[in-house]
Amino acid sequence: MADETTPVAVAPAPTSSPAVAKSAAPAKPKVEAPAYREFPTIPALQPDAMTGSNPFVAAAAHNEAIGFPGALLDGWEQKAVAKMGELLGKYRSLRVYMDACVHCGACTDKCHYFIGTGDPKNMPVARQDLMRSVYRRYYTLPGKLFPKLVGARDMTKDVLDDWFRYYNQCSECRRCSVFCPYGIDTAEVTMAAKEIMHTVGHGHKYVNEIIGKVHKIGNNLGLPGPALENTLEGLEEDVLEDTGAAVKYPLDMQGAEVLLVTPSADFFAEPHVDSLIGYGKVFHAAGISWTLSSKASEAGNFGMFIGNYEQMQKIAMRVREAALELGVKRIVVGECGHAWRVAYAFWNTLTGIGAGAGVGKPDPFAIQLQKQLDPNYKQPSHICEVTWDLIQAGRLKFDKAANDHRIVTFHDSCNVARGSRMGDYAGGQFDIPRNIIRAVANHYVDMSEATTREKTFCCGGGGGLLTDELLDLRVKGALPRMEALKQVADQHGVNFMATICAICKAQFTKVLPYYGFKMSMVGGVHQLVSTAIVLNNEQ
Amino acid sequence: MNLVFALLFYAATLILVGGVAYRIYEYARVPAPLKIPTTPAPTTTGGVVFRMFREVLFFESLFKSNLWIWALGWLFHVGLALVLLRHVRYFTEPVNFIIAFIQPFGMYAGFAMAAGLAGLWARRFLVERIRYISTPSDHLMLALLLGIAFTGLAMKFLMHTDVVAVKTFFLGLMVFEIHPLPAHPGLYLHLGMVALLMIVFPLSKLLHAPGVFFSPTRNQVDNPRETRHLAPWAAQLDSKN
Ligand code: HEM
Ligand code: SF4
Ligand code: SF4
Ligand code: SF4
Repeated sequence: MADETTPVAVAPAPTSSPAVAKSAAPAKPKVEAPAYREFPTIPALQPDAMTGSNPFVAAAAHNEAIGFPGALLDGWEQKAVAKMGELLGKYRSLRVYMDACVHCGACTDKCHYFIGTGDPKNMPVARQDLMRSVYRRYYTLPGKLFPKLVGARDMTKDVLDDWFRYYNQCSECRRCSVFCPYGIDTAEVTMAAKEIMHTVGHGHKYVNEIIGKVHKIGNNLGLPGPALENTLEGLEEDVLEDTGAAVKYPLDMQGAEVLLVTPSADFFAEPHVDSLIGYGKVFHAAGISWTLSSKASEAGNFGMFIGNYEQMQKIAMRVREAALELGVKRIVVGECGHAWRVAYAFWNTLTGIGAGAGVGKPDPFAIQLQKQLDPNYKQPSHICEVTWDLIQAGRLKFDKAANDHRIVTFHDSCNVARGSRMGDYAGGQFDIPRNIIRAVANHYVDMSEATTREKTFCCGGGGGLLTDELLDLRVKGALPRMEALKQVADQHGVNFMATICAICKAQFTKVLPYYGFKMSMVGGVHQLVSTAIVLNNEQ
Repeated sequence: MNLVFALLFYAATLILVGGVAYRIYEYARVPAPLKIPTTPAPTTTGGVVFRMFREVLFFESLFKSNLWIWALGWLFHVGLALVLLRHVRYFTEPVNFIIAFIQPFGMYAGFAMAAGLAGLWARRFLVERIRYISTPSDHLMLALLLGIAFTGLAMKFLMHTDVVAVKTFFLGLMVFEIHPLPAHPGLYLHLGMVALLMIVFPLSKLLHAPGVFFSPTRNQVDNPRETRHLAPWAAQLDSKN
């Protein structure tokens, strides 16, 4: 079972760091953590090292529930090529990137999955070439005339199998795009490949199942409203007991000032829930009324992972509907990497949430929402922006010593780092979370500069890969991050890695033990806030 | 031979100009439906122009990712640019003083270009990762450019040709007159390869030159909060909702 779907799966993993773990699913290949490298040298190629990685193909029901054909269509080859042509006409990124790569090789050693596996098809340019070879065959003159010369290939079942395998070994983290002289973003290619595969009926089970749940139940975990209500009540009791303060965790509260949209893992999984507790304490301490929504009880948007604009838009629309129904003045997004990318960079485009709803065909709902929202906060805010603003305004008090048992470092989540922003200047997404940590804890150390900020390494579980059948890949892909963590753990005694992404948290809890760390070492920024915040205890 | 080369260059010029213009038209026409600048990204148009300027002139991202490729690639491109500028003298009379000024640098640039190309080519054999991703066309492209550089340098330093006659030939082509080209095997090779390069340009990875300006991760302003960014096909989906 996948982490995101069963909260329990976030928990136990061997604590003693054996190289080989017992497999949970029957037909699963062994999971091996690569050895730490003494110096982070570039690995030698190990061709086909990861051909054994077999993501589960979605069942008919999962495909059909979200509008794709149930199984691989007859004549899928032509249909796939035709779909590629359609996407080439819709996405400038794909159109330009298929032509522009000069095979310079600058990106070859930049992907965490290549570093962890040595499989040459995990080099970003080689991953792109899986599609580029087909593009050249059908859409360029040299590829039609001299396929061998330019490395062009027909669209065959073998090619499709390679696509399914290796496009499901890309977390769409965009690290390669930082280093490419033309900014070629392999994530764009991966998304296009996934969309093509979906269109011909070859979807990935994990992601499709989750998208189905969002539409049917409202969140990725499939938690129905009453279960949410129970959990939140439980949280209120816990916090009251711990702190003596009557912090509220409201659901569907009409007329609240803030709608908080957060990844559903925050409701159940460890350590996610500690951050949710933290958000509530921040709002409580600042006297801001807020609510969660049962309709939009999920910030995550897996539509992005499969590159499907319509799905992404449909999932984003729930948030607009919830905001309108509840009459809120401001929309705030919790700790979730790709969700923040979608909210920050795409919501305005997809749903008109954000200033400028008037562009395009005037949409009455978008305009109504613009009128309803506080003119200072027409755009969604990140919870870190909210907290940092309050700290600067002197509206929150902290007992920093409460975090003294922790020596903290920060993992930049790639979707926040390379796909979005916080605050009003480029790079605010790096400073604001660190500022918050420094405001609530006394001991903070950054990891190696080659692995932070825009150069951050993905946790290894993003992009819709957070599923058990890909555990071996996830463990290997975490290698560069684990090495950087090991360095600060050895040199500075770091014992807590804060992050602001639900997937990062779930992924790290699972893989840390393979590298000899405790799984409780990872947690949210608002978990630290929660520990240190001083609440006024009147009821 | 005069007629053959005249026709070849007319054809090559047509293909180069027409082909690249068509590609640019395509790149410009296909919309970028979402805001995807690789952040941190400039928040103003001026900032984006500056980012692009640094990428195109200094290969900034490449500098951050791989110093070897950067040094060799930059050497090659700067060499190429100077050599191209130096060749402008074959097409203008009188020669602009800037072009006249760079003539001596242009000469050394030829060596720089060849050295850069040789280094890049060596990487395709020596570095396992780059060997893996190289296709025959990658090698041929480097061979072609090196061939052009060698024949050019050879004519300068080893077996001179009548450059005045060459200039008369090209000035003539520009007004649709065919003048005699010196019968020189080195020159025939040089010009033949240049024409081939011009022909493959719009069909090959050389499209990175126009492509870099159209890369959404580099040319977009990071302002999704301020303005709604909407592609025409996406706007149509909107009206269906
Ligand atoms: C806007 C102008 C241009 C820019 C910004 C640019 C940039 C680059 C960069 C960054 C690389 C990768 C590094 C390298 O391998 O050298 C590259 C490679 C290359 N460029 Fe350009 N370039 C431009 C124009 C041209 C032109 C006009 C040509 C040839 C007629 C050319 C030929 C090549 C070739 C052949 C390579 C591949 C080298 C290899 O195989 O390793 N470029 N270019
Ligand atoms: S987007 Fe990330 S995971 Fe995908 S190829 Fe690039 S570096 Fe690797
Ligand atoms: S860095 Fe860019 S141009 Fe170079 S090989 Fe990688 S994707 Fe191609
Ligand atoms: S899970 Fe975290 S690190 Fe991994 S892809 Fe998402 S944001 Fe990036």
